[in-house]
Amino acid sequence: MSEAPLLEMEGIRKSFVGVEVLHGVDLDLRAGEIHAIVGENGAGKSTLMKVLAGVHAPDEGTMRIDGEEISFAHPHAAQAAGVGIVYQEFNLLPDRTVAENVFVGREPTARGVVDRRRMERETAALLDEVGETGFGSRTLVGRLSVAQQQVVEIVKARSLNARILVLDEPTAALADHEVELLFGLVRRLQERGIGMLYISHRLREVFALADRITVLKDGGLVKTLATSQTDSRELVHLMVGRELDAYYPPRGETDDFGDVRLKVTGLSTSLLRDVSLQVRAGEIVGVAGLQGSGRTELARAIFGADPMKAGTIEIDGRPVRFRTPRAAVRAGLGFITEDRKIEGLALAQSIADNMLLAVRTVVPGGRRRRSTPGLMSVKELAAATDLRARGPEQEVRFLSGGNQQKVVLAKWLETQPQVLIFDEPTRGIDVGAKAGIHDLIRKLAREGVAVLMISSELPELIGMSDRILVMHEGTLAGELPADARESDIMHLATGHTEAAA
Amino acid sequence: MTVVDPESTATPPPEPPRGVAAWRESLRASPATPVYAALVGVFLLAWLIVALRGGSFLTLDNVVNMLQRSVALGIVSAGQTLVILAGSLDLSVAQMISLASLLGAGQMDGQEANVVPAIALVLAVGAGVGLVNGLVITKLRVNAFIATLGMALILKGIIDNRWDGPYGSVPDSVESFGYTRFGILPMSVFLLLAVVAAVWFLLRYTRFGHHIYAVGGDEEVSRLSGLRTHRTIIGAHIICSLLAALTGLFLASRLGAGTPTVGPEGGYDLESIAAVVLGGTALMGGRGGVLGTLAGVFILAVLDSTFNELQVNAFLKDVVRGVIIIAAVAVYARRKGAE
Repeated sequence: MSEAPLLEMEGIRKSFVGVEVLHGVDLDLRAGEIHAIVGENGAGKSTLMKVLAGVHAPDEGTMRIDGEEISFAHPHAAQAAGVGIVYQEFNLLPDRTVAENVFVGREPTARGVVDRRRMERETAALLDEVGETGFGSRTLVGRLSVAQQQVVEIVKARSLNARILVLDEPTAALADHEVELLFGLVRRLQERGIGMLYISHRLREVFALADRITVLKDGGLVKTLATSQTDSRELVHLMVGRELDAYYPPRGETDDFGDVRLKVTGLSTSLLRDVSLQVRAGEIVGVAGLQGSGRTELARAIFGADPMKAGTIEIDGRPVRFRTPRAAVRAGLGFITEDRKIEGLALAQSIADNMLLAVRTVVPGGRRRRSTPGLMSVKELAAATDLRARGPEQEVRFLSGGNQQKVVLAKWLETQPQVLIFDEPTRGIDVGAKAGIHDLIRKLAREGVAVLMISSELPELIGMSDRILVMHEGTLAGELPADARESDIMHLATGHTEAAA
Repeated sequence: MTVVDPESTATPPPEPPRGVAAWRESLRASPATPVYAALVGVFLLAWLIVALRGGSFLTLDNVVNMLQRSVALGIVSAGQTLVILAGSLDLSVAQMISLASLLGAGQMDGQEANVVPAIALVLAVGAGVGLVNGLVITKLRVNAFIATLGMALILKGIIDNRWDGPYGSVPDSVESFGYTRFGILPMSVFLLLAVVAAVWFLLRYTRFGHHIYAVGGDEEVSRLSGLRTHRTIIGAHIICSLLAALTGLFLASRLGAGTPTVGPEGGYDLESIAAVVLGGTALMGGRGGVLGTLAGVFILAVLDSTFNELQVNAFLKDVVRGVIIIAAVAVYARRKGAE
């Protein structure tokens, strides 16, 4: 490792509309170093990176590259100075080809005309280098899978000859073998002396890759540590200020469970085959399975969002058949979707509007709504879900992931559901807020709601569920008791029986 | 750990096809192809209907006439294509056309010697209007719809205050441009084709053109990729207003003088947007092209001509045009969804 830092950031402060989100953060990066940045959502990681990328100008503080003071008026200037960023949310144009995306804003020209051949040739070479053969430089990005788009992002950053590369949650959307491929790529870049800032929630990745780790909390620097001198327990402690033991609320008692609220028999759709299950009042039933095993499809079919081919659904013993989600909502179902931003929230609308969105569509307005018993005011909903926000009029997009999820929950609480289906309830939510969501789910169950919870995080499933159903290729592969082991779940989910293993 | 050995797995990426195959591929991929198919369909249908009614549609005169009437709308729409592709919109083109015709004819005042300075003045004013539109949209962050609607009102106020009827006159050399033929085709058709070719080249082969697609596709993505998005949007607006000014000059040459109402009466603001959308360009930007717009303009011209031939009630004409535009966009939406 060389002596002089490649990048130094000192005392960076930044405010948005009067709220300071970075309180004087220091950070330095050496050439050939992988420097991880960890912290809860809302800790200021992304804002700090956007300052480095020239997207936001800092209010105070200095940045130096190779000891020379710099300031960026525009992302273009940051690129020119050798800063490349792979953002958490993809920055690609779906209607343009891979080559056009890689070279956007810096198209090579020959005699004043864009040199398409060169663009495609160079992109193909870069794709070759990362071992990508699944698509070519002329493919439209909109036709690529999420993992392939990630590769395009990395190729794009790489084509800049960036000496400082920021990877913001690069593995969030990748499957395991793709993660390995990414690690190989990151290490190769490291050997070339490129300094990388690696932002991730996944501590395992951080320990596998990083030389040093910086912990941010609430917009301030907590500590920068050498990876060899710390462990994950200490990191989590620094991130949330507490140990992780009291993570899950206590499970329900079997005696407390009521009658069967949701009963599904022989459900088949284009992707599901003969799925039967039941959930009792007060019970949390976890649904495990690999990506593509049909978990989300199951939830959508029950909720009336996808058509059923065969099978019956009973709510509180009454057979029902939902042709639309609206019918399901009216019958007392709630569905907290996997992707909050696309399916769960109207981001540009206020907290109050979002909370009342579902109830407004099923309960007639005006006086009748006000006289409907049990409806809570926005203030009561906020209190019930422990929402932290500036006020009911704040736009939802300015909230952190955890608080956004609480708004989604509040929206469904207001419809007084009998059955709630959660699809990845804590995806992309930081550790502290996760516990809050878990408490809420358990509280709802205790009040008599039947909960079906889909999750990819096995500790969460095991910690929360009273029973666990495992799906495999569109069928129910088996059922496990509350204290199942991760390995048991994985055996069922991957289609291996106990004997075969 | 997946180990990728570049030597062993280096399957060369598929060679880009050349020659006829490349043509076929780009033809299939081009968003303009279905629009031309629709144009042919509309044309044949119109021919059939007119012929059944005992009229004559496919005469040289009629076709040339349709082409000629497409010139003005075609030039404005080419400019409109650029701003719409960039994710913007220009509602001020109709008033810009009127202003250009008045300024141009007024400055020329029938004198040959004044032609070049007059054209220069008009184009400068056009560029200025486009610059203001672009600056208001990017720097003041006014929605393009409102910004250019405001500009249209401002221009209208200036025009109504200063002129109340035909004004100025164009010298013979300019007037004859509107009527001279080159072979069987009027010169003005070549002007339209030249403008469309220039815009096509701009979009396909220049960095500016690539940037227009990128900014229209997603402005934030473009900005984060280091693109100066404001320059792109402003540039598109300048060219759009320039082409509107050129249209005004062309119409002045056809009419022999400038008139305050030539733009709005031709409906060039909404018609140009209709032509662009009919041509398969996404109203939100980022997808489409000028060749489709040209086909859209021709489709509107064929409809016009057919209705004239059949002497259809003017209101019914508008109803049919409305239905066709909506139907076209609905079809594109389905195609996009099916992908």
